[in-house]
Amino acid sequence: MTTETFDQKTVAMSVGRKKSRVRDGFSHALLIAFGFVMLYPVIWMLGASFKDSAHIFSEVSPIPNPVILDNYARGWEGAGVGFGTFILNSTIVAGLSVIGNLVACVLAGYAFARLRFRGRKLFFACMMATLMLPHHVLLIPQYMLFAGLDWVNTFLPLVVPKFLAVDAFFVFLMVQFLRGIPTELDQAAKIDGAGPWKTFWFVILPLLKPALATTAIFTFIWTWNDFLSPMIYLQDPRSYTVPLGLNSFLDASGDSAWGAMFAMAVISLGPLFGFFLVGQKYLTTGIATTGLKG
Amino acid sequence: MTALTDSIDAETSSPERADERRGRGPDPRPRKPASLRRAILAEKIAPYTFLAPWLIGFFVITLGPMLVSLYLSFTDFSMLAPPEWVGVDNYVKLFTNDPKYLDSVRVTLIYVLVSVPLQLAFALLVALVLNRGLRGLSLYRSIYYLPSLIGASVAIAVLWRQMFGSNGLINQVLDFFGIQGMSWIGNPETALGTLIILNVWTFGSPMVIFLAALRQIPEYLYEAAAVDGISRVGAFRHITLPMLSPVVLFNLILQMIGAFQAFTPAFVVSGGTGGPVNSTLFYTLYLYQRGFTGFQMGYASAMAWILFLGIALVTAFNFWFSKYWVHYDD
Repeated sequence: MTTETFDQKTVAMSVGRKKSRVRDGFSHALLIAFGFVMLYPVIWMLGASFKDSAHIFSEVSPIPNPVILDNYARGWEGAGVGFGTFILNSTIVAGLSVIGNLVACVLAGYAFARLRFRGRKLFFACMMATLMLPHHVLLIPQYMLFAGLDWVNTFLPLVVPKFLAVDAFFVFLMVQFLRGIPTELDQAAKIDGAGPWKTFWFVILPLLKPALATTAIFTFIWTWNDFLSPMIYLQDPRSYTVPLGLNSFLDASGDSAWGAMFAMAVISLGPLFGFFLVGQKYLTTGIATTGLKG
Repeated sequence: MTALTDSIDAETSSPERADERRGRGPDPRPRKPASLRRAILAEKIAPYTFLAPWLIGFFVITLGPMLVSLYLSFTDFSMLAPPEWVGVDNYVKLFTNDPKYLDSVRVTLIYVLVSVPLQLAFALLVALVLNRGLRGLSLYRSIYYLPSLIGASVAIAVLWRQMFGSNGLINQVLDFFGIQGMSWIGNPETALGTLIILNVWTFGSPMVIFLAALRQIPEYLYEAAAVDGISRVGAFRHITLPMLSPVVLFNLILQMIGAFQAFTPAFVVSGGTGGPVNSTLFYTLYLYQRGFTGFQMGYASAMAWILFLGIALVTAFNFWFSKYWVHYDD
């Protein structure tokens, strides 16, 4: 009697396992197919960047035949200003933005999360409120301010705000992350005679590495993709960032030079893919802790 | 060696000696030593040194400009002449005498109300499938997340422009099935749809948040439900959805705020016009046109404030309405 029920159980279990394996296989097939369809346009664009116009507009397949490198040569030359200049400009802007956000946001985050001072609650509320504020409200007065400082056609309007922690998202990220670090560490440092700066530098900062990495990666991606602010402040083509360069190329060549267009689009996505591959872990943990939009 | 200790000694004690020399006499209260007083002062000031960049940023490039833009919204201002006070004229004109503005409001509302729920539905669906303990979860997560990273770039907008153009990739695929395509971005009926698809395509970032939240649901709830003979569908309805609802609200608010401010895809796909026939004239695109190509800075400021109030209202409504469907564990 007991053996029978036991047998029934094992039979039922193995059937269940088989069933779930079949179901898993089905899920995998579905997920792979869906992912493939999703990424197909990007894969196709990569292939199209090696095709001539006739093939771009007649082939669904992403595989270029024959492979043409001319698109990259033509695109790199650009329309007037070379694409290399745009890449260099974007790298400068994104690099400085990363440094600015790292320094300013970690300092502010530490103050909000760990230090006691007058106005802390009020300022924190202000900081959180700026998370919701559409940038467009500030666009015009900021433009007046920066134009008054004669900063138009320089990278300063794009970079200086980062050194002043205006990206409240990252301040919030730091605060959230610091909440997970036990305050006993701070207290121990204090008993050992460390002031706030020493505690920050020797105790907190090393522990914040994951949050710093997340901030760096997201800042890079956002500033690399940013289109509106550079369009407002950079009017001289020699100061264009990559998105502006791509857009001006589209304006100049219309719908005629798709191959070169795609080639430059692929190059412009390159650094994003690079950071994505290196920093996946930080990206997903970053999103999960604060809900950052990629 | 002795000189060194001497000098340190002199340094730490000198302020007190100075006090004595000034003849203040002994203080009736027990005085803290100078070094401690200095430390306390330093501790009071230190937080502001950490906060200094943010404080400057907040007052100089956030709060200040906010107030200026509020003022400008009641003026006529072209940047060439000083602003001229016109009262609520800009606001009145927007709603009564600017059909293009109303078009932009309509387009933006459709975009937000259609693309965000669709995007979240996809995000939730895929997260649920991925959460079933499949192998290769992190690989799938990365693949589905990728479009979120690149979706806002000019490069992808350029690709969209080709894909949905008259001879683009979509029509080639349709042609394969014998379906006659059209220029999806050239047709006012479908142009907005292509941008909605682009936003839905970036469902990866809410999906990652859903996945993280699904992991937080304690397993024992499902075990208890199984013991009670509740079906999987029942468990989904009565455990998963309620436990997930705060994150749904969070994603909803976040994605809506983002969608209201979408700019790049509409600008690139329509070549900066918002066409055809204003069908992709996003709110921010029209704001840009008025402010930075038309130099009607006062008018654009009024638009920006309405956008801000609109977003605040929608967010407040979401919070208020959430009490009817969001479950909080307490």
